[in-house]
Amino acid sequence: MYNKRFIIPGLAILVLIVTFPLWFNAFSKASAVPKPELPPGGEKQCVASIPEMRASHMVMLNEWRDAVLRDEDRVAVTVNGKEYRKGLQMACMQCHSNKEKFCDSCHEYASVKPYCWDCHLTPAVLATKKETH
Amino acid sequence: MIEKALKGNSNYWMWLAFLTAFIAVGAICYLRQFFLGMYLTGMGRDLSWGLYISQFTFLVGVAAGGLMLVLPYYVHNYKVFGRITILGEFLAIGALVMCLMFIMADIGQPLRGLNMILHPTPNSMLFWDMCVLLGYLGLNVICGWVILTAERKQVKPPKWVYIFVYISIPFAVSIHTVTAMLYCGLPGRHFWLSAITAPRFLASAFAAGPALIVIACLIMKRVAHFDAGKEAINKLTTIIMYAALINAFFVCMEFFVGYYSNIPGHMHSLQYLFFGLEHNGHVYNNLVPFMWSSVLLCFGGLGLFAYMKIANVYSDLMVGVGCAAVFIALWLDKGLGFVMGGLVVNPLEEIVEYYPTANEIGITLGIWATGFLLVTVLYKIAVGVEHEVEA
Amino acid sequence: MDKQRRKFLKIAGVTALAGLSAPAVIKLTSSPALASSETPGEAAGHAAPAEAHGAEGHGAEQAAHTGVRLGMLIDMRKLYGRPDLMDKATAACHKVHNVPHIENKKNEIKWLWHAPFENVFPEHSSYHESKVTAENDFMVLCNHCDEPPCVRVCPTKATFRDEKTGIVAMDFHRCIGCRFCMMGCPYGARSFNWMDPRPYIKEYNADFPTRMRGVVEKCNFCGERLALGQEPACVEAVKEVGAFVFGDLNDPNSEIRQRLDQDHTIQRKPSLGTKPSVFYIV
Repeated sequence: MYNKRFIIPGLAILVLIVTFPLWFNAFSKASAVPKPELPPGGEKQCVASIPEMRASHMVMLNEWRDAVLRDEDRVAVTVNGKEYRKGLQMACMQCHSNKEKFCDSCHEYASVKPYCWDCHLTPAVLATKKETH
Repeated sequence: MIEKALKGNSNYWMWLAFLTAFIAVGAICYLRQFFLGMYLTGMGRDLSWGLYISQFTFLVGVAAGGLMLVLPYYVHNYKVFGRITILGEFLAIGALVMCLMFIMADIGQPLRGLNMILHPTPNSMLFWDMCVLLGYLGLNVICGWVILTAERKQVKPPKWVYIFVYISIPFAVSIHTVTAMLYCGLPGRHFWLSAITAPRFLASAFAAGPALIVIACLIMKRVAHFDAGKEAINKLTTIIMYAALINAFFVCMEFFVGYYSNIPGHMHSLQYLFFGLEHNGHVYNNLVPFMWSSVLLCFGGLGLFAYMKIANVYSDLMVGVGCAAVFIALWLDKGLGFVMGGLVVNPLEEIVEYYPTANEIGITLGIWATGFLLVTVLYKIAVGVEHEVEA
Repeated sequence: MDKQRRKFLKIAGVTALAGLSAPAVIKLTSSPALASSETPGEAAGHAAPAEAHGAEGHGAEQAAHTGVRLGMLIDMRKLYGRPDLMDKATAACHKVHNVPHIENKKNEIKWLWHAPFENVFPEHSSYHESKVTAENDFMVLCNHCDEPPCVRVCPTKATFRDEKTGIVAMDFHRCIGCRFCMMGCPYGARSFNWMDPRPYIKEYNADFPTRMRGVVEKCNFCGERLALGQEPACVEAVKEVGAFVFGDLNDPNSEIRQRLDQDHTIQRKPSLGTKPSVFYIV
């Protein structure tokens, strides 16, 4: 092999860089699997089962968004006799009022940054500029 | 072929470094805009389009201008343009990349840009503009690269590429027509609402594009031993003359329609651009010096060309000065006056003038520098191939 | 180059191109009815009947849309000499919708405001205008046109005409901030978020989101309040004088239609063919 002394260290560095995420995680303190806090109000039931919500709440939110905003279909969702409005700030957040401990705990772990909160107000943000009367 | 761009003398590298400095400044300015917001621009509620869109509009014209080389060579078999047709195609690539960058710089949510494709909307002219711009960019990349590769191997280009060459001809017209349609179909924007907008855009494009190519040829003659040939340059100046004259004629028609009909909305923008618009005792005339410079440069350049033709003299210097004058004149006309003049009177008939900010100008220069860098590299490759074939 | 590799690259290139353009082609050819994908938990919502308003077939693009077409009549006679009432309506609107209050005129955002006659109605002569028109301001808001140019020019359908109500609405999630709609609107009704609006909102209204920077916004005829059976905020704010009449322009029995039958009304820039849904008695 020509240029052995360049190629072999080069390859080694490449492998190190490519596998960086693996060994970085192996040696760093592994972050614990997040445990999102349940609604403070003690609600036990949501519009769908936990696995379904966990897997596809974002899809549902997108469909609700389009239904409410674009199709004027604001009809509430009824599950097990209970009505749920379609909405994030005005529906989900009514029970899940603890965005920081519920939404963020998983989103930060999974490193997803949904832009919901650029516009939609969380109870914590609302409290900073509350109506005075 | 890319390796040709990696070998150059110190002037070449100095030029690239010079451009890179502007690109770096532009990138920093853009990051500021991206993270802080578009309030850093001079645009506002009333003047909500500005320097970015006007540069975009002008550069679409530069891209379309390459047609003036492609059409005579491929359709009329005008062999003199054989050496420089590739320059037209490569200039179009650089100009289109600048166009796309200006669009990205202009939109408030660039990360959502794909919504244009995910939610295609055929009733929006912006959708069609995206289609034709991307199409024309693709066509030029294919045609330019394949033909240059064939030239390097000293074989005839494959037959299939001519299909793309011929498609690119109507595409060149369509990019500027659709860009004009962005403006000329808007109710209540009197200056833009003119059927002559698209023809006028094309006329100025067919002058500005070739003017830039001639300037590039003259520079390359001095720095890269690339001679386009006196006949080709002469023919190009003729094309530039006619196109610039037709553009001037169209502008005159706008003046006639506005001032003879005496309809205020049709006069406001022209009044503002050329004479200053009086409103509530204040005269707004920021762009007047620019527009008269445009007029003088345009007719100065045309006069110079006319003198050369009549007296039958030729000098690179005169050609260069004439082309630069025409190019700057058309830039002032379309890259500055058209958008800002059309927006100076807002829908509530208030007058708001536009002052681009330093950050905005930084981004604009950065994008221009990127385009120049790209064109330099592409021309370096093209000239390198020519030299290789000759050697 | 090796023949095999060339062939592979060619096929890969063509496939990539096809893949890139596929979403557009599919979107353009598929009808919305076919494009729905049911998600768990949402089935109930779909099964329920749509809104109470029976929007008649909007398939045929006739001279004017049939079905509900919400509109507004502004009886300026009730607002002459009362700029306080106009400000009250603006304040109510802006508060309900978390509209930021930005002092700088360049960056300002407004949904409902007032301006002199010559600015609101530039197509009408202001030469030797009456004392009342010279001294008073007129309310300005989105006209919710029946033929909205802003909708025509939007490249992403982020702004659209809601077929069930006739409201010209905004989908802030989809807006890419190209500001083409602001160019298209001949009434200056639209504002762009040049900066993050939140620091400029004094008090949040919990029942409406804010906006993010980089999107366009405008009056939405209080679509969210109508859904809850409430009146638009401006109508409610100046209820005491009844300056705003809101209702269905296509319903001959609605209050707004009866008021339109009674008095001569004018519209802003009717010559542009946008068919505004906002009428003025001056």
